[in-house]
Amino acid sequence: MSGIFAKRRARLLAMKALRERYVPPENAVACPRCGQDSSHQAVSRNLYLCPRCGHHFPVGAYYRLGITLDHGSFRELYPKIAAQDPLSFPGYREKLAEARQKTGLSEAAVSAVGTIDGRRCVVGVLDSQFLLGSMSAAVGEKLTLTIEYAEKNRLPLILFSASGGARMQEGILSLMQMAKTSAALGRFDKRGLLYISVLTDPTTGGVTASFASLGDVILAEPGALIGFAGPRVIQQTIGETLPEGFQRAEFQMEHGFVDAVVPRPRMRETLSQLLRLHEKGGA
Amino acid sequence: MNGSLTAAERVAIARHPQRPNISDYISALFTDFFEQRGDRLSGEDASVLGGAALYHGRPVTVIGTRKGKDLEENLLCRFGMPNPEGYRKALRLMRQAEKFRRPVITFIDTGGAYPGLEAEERGQGEAIARNLLEMSRLTVPVIAVITGEGNSGGALALGVANRVLMLENAVYAILSPEGFATILWKDAKRHEEASELMKLTAADLMELGVIDEIILEPGGGAHLARAITFRQVDEALSRHLSQLSREKNLAAARYQKFRRMGAAVPQKENP
Repeated sequence: MSGIFAKRRARLLAMKALRERYVPPENAVACPRCGQDSSHQAVSRNLYLCPRCGHHFPVGAYYRLGITLDHGSFRELYPKIAAQDPLSFPGYREKLAEARQKTGLSEAAVSAVGTIDGRRCVVGVLDSQFLLGSMSAAVGEKLTLTIEYAEKNRLPLILFSASGGARMQEGILSLMQMAKTSAALGRFDKRGLLYISVLTDPTTGGVTASFASLGDVILAEPGALIGFAGPRVIQQTIGETLPEGFQRAEFQMEHGFVDAVVPRPRMRETLSQLLRLHEKGGA
Repeated sequence: MNGSLTAAERVAIARHPQRPNISDYISALFTDFFEQRGDRLSGEDASVLGGAALYHGRPVTVIGTRKGKDLEENLLCRFGMPNPEGYRKALRLMRQAEKFRRPVITFIDTGGAYPGLEAEERGQGEAIARNLLEMSRLTVPVIAVITGEGNSGGALALGVANRVLMLENAVYAILSPEGFATILWKDAKRHEEASELMKLTAADLMELGVIDEIILEPGGGAHLARAITFRQVDEALSRHLSQLSREKNLAAARYQKFRRMGAAVPQKENP
């Protein structure tokens, strides 16, 4: 009996290894969900959704700003803020240089002020391609300045999260950014202003346990992994495999932590609707 | 005085099973402690202990993480790793402190927030985030004492204070050295090396401006001469509490304290 299972397991593992080593043909991308190839062009024309199954591929911060704000409306905020190496952590400077070269970004966060259907708002975006969108002191500082800018100018705030959590190489200073950004949102909140948090794949760790969970309205992209502890750590703790769909956007909505799961093609109109609903002139 | 210990040695002392815990501090430093239970939403979490008490005759709210003193208690408290209910109970008690104008004193000794399936289902991230926001705007004095391990957002969720005091051999970090080594090098066995790099000792954190005062411990660690430890903690606590009681705008001061952290990046940019 056990021989059958061992064989089956070996076959499954071999298939998994094959899948992991699979390189799609040139000019094509393989969808991690349905496993099918699509041309780069077909994917990029489709807002980086898999044309076959609708899987949401991650997108960069500038691309996100581009599909969110009115064409030509945005001005970047605090572009020069970039990570330092506050703990003189071995190898960190090289890692930063590499990330900057790979992404063309100075940090994992980009902020801008602009309009959505003519309504002014402030938008901050984390980019998961820059050191997994992790929260450095500079990211915390940039987001806090962005929140304060929105507060000072009495504008609605939208933050798109995509982050593995804390930036390990900045240790405790990374942790303190959780308190700093949350406190800034506390002040923002007191002024009666709107904050929309949009959770995209992945939003985990210290980002989930701070600004990302504090929106007046919280939206999420379909299938996004959202949680505090990572699935691997949880699996180790409880010693069981996790249920299908655990910590995905739909799971978070079912458990009461997300208002709506919104596919990327409908995100801009949803944000526009929310801005419209929160315009002054009511009570 | 423990001047020459390595960071890894301090981690071991911080985790010593005989190290004074929240219950010890409450019985040594406070009178009339009344334990309050439950988050009034869904449950009670023993890994956070809290309630009203008198501190030198003055009503205060005291809250802290509890690891438990025997195996049964350890399991009940998940070795001091709270679930969302623990953080939400803490928040309830802090709001009550605000209502009754009592100072808040927290004791932190935790491996971090519990990474469990149910903790995630009930919003561990949201519970911590909410505490950070609400703590930042309390208008009563808030003092946090890191007595053992202070790991991750699970520690910070009780640590947004006007004064953050730390015992000499306590450690305060983004996560455990084992977790850090696993994430960075995929090798938990390199935890001693991680401890040295993480800047998690009281002296390191004082230099980084993350804490406000180091409370000295008797040679070899707090557990070797408890009475001295309690006296040291009491002296520092009462001094800071009387300072804060004379200050106005405590919420604004607390905001500025955390606003400055990690702001050593170019800030003078005019958008």
